[in-house]
Amino acid sequence: MITLAPAASAVPPALALSGLPVPPSATAASYALARAAEPGDLAAARAQMGFSLAWHIVLACLGVGLPLLTLGVEWLGLRTGDPSCRLLARRWARALGVLFAVGAVSGTILSFEMGLLWPGLMGRYGQVIGLPFAMEGIAFFIEAIFLGIYLYAWDRLPGRLHLLTGVPIVVAGVASAFFVVCANAWMNQPRGVRLSHGTHGRVVHVDPWAAMFNPAAPPQTTHMILAALMVAAFLTCSVYAVALLRGRRDRYHRLGFAVPFALGALVAPAQIVVGDWAARFLADYQPVKLAAMEGVAHTGSHVPLTLGGVADPDGLRYGLEIPNGLSLLVGYRPGTVVQGLDTVRPAYRPPVTAVHWAFDLMVAAGFFLLALGAWLTAVRLRQRRRHRRTGRRTRWPFEGRGARLFLALCAVAGPAAVVALEGGWTVTEEGRQPWVVWGLLSVRDAVNPAPGLLAGLWLVLAVYAVLTAATVYVLRRLVRDEPVPVAPQDADPEAYRVV
Amino acid sequence: MSEPTQLAAPAGPLPADTMLAVMWLGLTCYALFGGADFGAGWWDLLAGGSRRGRPARALIEHTIGPVWEANHVWLIFVVVLLWTGFPPVFASVMSTLYVPLTLTALGIIARGAAFAFRKASERLWQQRLFGACFALSSVVTPFFLGTVAGGIASGRVPPGLAAGGLLSSWLNPTSLLGGVLAAAVCAHLAAVFLCGDAERAQDPELTGYFRRRALASGVAAGAVALAGIGVLHADAPGLFHGLTHRALPLVLASAVLGAASLALLALRRLLAARAAAALAVTAVLWSWGAAQYPRMLPPDTTVRSAAAQSPVLVASLISLAVGALLLVPSLLWLYALFQRRPDGGPHASPVNSDRSPGA
Repeated sequence: MITLAPAASAVPPALALSGLPVPPSATAASYALARAAEPGDLAAARAQMGFSLAWHIVLACLGVGLPLLTLGVEWLGLRTGDPSCRLLARRWARALGVLFAVGAVSGTILSFEMGLLWPGLMGRYGQVIGLPFAMEGIAFFIEAIFLGIYLYAWDRLPGRLHLLTGVPIVVAGVASAFFVVCANAWMNQPRGVRLSHGTHGRVVHVDPWAAMFNPAAPPQTTHMILAALMVAAFLTCSVYAVALLRGRRDRYHRLGFAVPFALGALVAPAQIVVGDWAARFLADYQPVKLAAMEGVAHTGSHVPLTLGGVADPDGLRYGLEIPNGLSLLVGYRPGTVVQGLDTVRPAYRPPVTAVHWAFDLMVAAGFFLLALGAWLTAVRLRQRRRHRRTGRRTRWPFEGRGARLFLALCAVAGPAAVVALEGGWTVTEEGRQPWVVWGLLSVRDAVNPAPGLLAGLWLVLAVYAVLTAATVYVLRRLVRDEPVPVAPQDADPEAYRVV
Repeated sequence: MSEPTQLAAPAGPLPADTMLAVMWLGLTCYALFGGADFGAGWWDLLAGGSRRGRPARALIEHTIGPVWEANHVWLIFVVVLLWTGFPPVFASVMSTLYVPLTLTALGIIARGAAFAFRKASERLWQQRLFGACFALSSVVTPFFLGTVAGGIASGRVPPGLAAGGLLSSWLNPTSLLGGVLAAAVCAHLAAVFLCGDAERAQDPELTGYFRRRALASGVAAGAVALAGIGVLHADAPGLFHGLTHRALPLVLASAVLGAASLALLALRRLLAARAAAALAVTAVLWSWGAAQYPRMLPPDTTVRSAAAQSPVLVASLISLAVGALLLVPSLLWLYALFQRRPDGGPHASPVNSDRSPGA
């Protein structure tokens, strides 16, 4: 009997499991079905799930971060009476209304796809990850209810009460992210399940709390929530960086840039620390994924850190090597032993080049965003000293030397944050291959054996292409159809329609 | 049923039955609230040209705008509870009914996104395009969900991964009955709800407009239900037997309530008609449940054999109970806030608003 109880031994249980020979037919047979999916259909199912998740994850991040930003400017507007803040709040709320609707429906599709594409996973382990999803359902419900109130009762409720109706949106949004990522973390660190025999045994006992609060949950959820804030903050600030570059330097656009940038710049350093925690966690708990991220072929000490490169059986080639880098990062000593891909059979290794590049892109984008914040902070500090000395004041980055370059970089900060997000998500999912539940269930045994998944993929791609075009178009029209007045401070924000 | 689909230690009857009841309650809420939102799409579609249909479309948008996202969550709720509480049933239903459920999912995307896009659009052609997309997807989505219900109820979803027919599981007499009935019921509910809203907005013309449509769609839904007796007798004898025996009181109640709802509409007692229509739909859903219980996938998969482990059911039910303490007051506040008579705020009077969809 194999136990994946919370009190796991020092050796990660799933690692020990992953070495077990698991004949694919045995696992499939345990689910009362002999028919196997066509390889093309497995690829189509993975492509469809990956695509719709990659699409939804951006909307979900905006759903977590944008309400916080909107509440922030609304609060500033209430406190100071600044019309620019109040107008910003209304405009962001209007965009939020569109984005939340699209995010809600694209999220629903995912809950369908869990069953449509991966019935083998859900039929077997649906009950194990059900608890966080039930909680997520409640959190999402509260989010939807208060979003309805927040948007549609803007002019019906007094200012402070209206501001308060936005708070549950933020809290429930963060809670949703936490619950969903807890379920994903379980797929990386399955706990709280007892099987009758081997990985293809029956589920004989489930501890839903142990499953939910698995060891991967703390680093993964923290990393994801901070990422959501960064994506929302930098995407919003990018929009205003473009407007500033086009010469709209009024208070409205400066605030629209500064508020989200401040949030992003505050979160970025914390995210680097949390990211380090998440990677170090992998070294202890999911070393095969770390080995794929860094292209470590052979277990050993003095492992270098490689930037870029192409995987071959002996590791990464053509990359930039930092001697002892990975060993130092994992254990602070060059002698730290890092497990390589050779600890598992080739069939159980994830695709190295893709995972490694996704990881490197994420880290590069993360440090780029960190550098932007550091740059602004350094210039501002220097200017404050000079201001004290000379009384001369410049409002960098809205004027002064290097400001245009800085704003141009900020204009790509939003896309860079999305690259980091998608890269990190690719590392999590692709780095777990060929498993859908690490060490317990492979994607091949989880996929729907029904024919025609490829047709479903094309249909979904077509619908999402239209959805993407329409979303971008409507968001752009929102700006054009009701442009900001030339002097927003003279305009009446109350006249701006929220819904 | 083959042995491996059964989980090793079936849950005790109490948690599994409670879970099923909670799930069915969620399904009822989805049918009533989400169903009415979908049905509103019918009337949006049939409202006529952009000038003539303007008042009706404005009322529809005003009524479902603040609530459709919250109403939609009931579906997610049911899906999640099904996979948490009865994972083999979820896997079997989703994998066998892959086609209609994929179409449902795409319909949900098109409906929600197009509704939000139409609201954010300023130009007539955009509002027409998004409006048509919203209305069409509102009509087809309940139909596909109804075919799914029919496939399950007529025992065409065997346990196992994609073990049922890819097409025959949802292209059959019971499924078609389910689809048509779902679409008709949604349209009726929407019309009943909308004529109450029109009355509250003090618009006698729109009130009459939706009252006539509520009567017509109610008669249509009743006719479909009557015809359904014959269909079920021929195509789903097991379900027919359940409906005519154990579930008979509920079936009769739904018929009486449906007739009462029509009579109340004719008498212009709109609030009472609303309650009667909602209760009639509730009775239809629960009579299906009562007829089939304890079989989840007829003929052999039962609540007990498909239920998740007891700790999962108990933990989920406790979480839901705690969640309900937060949810119920919030939901009531949402409905109360937008069911009050408009207080003359800038966007309070949709019907006379100077910008409205399709204007």
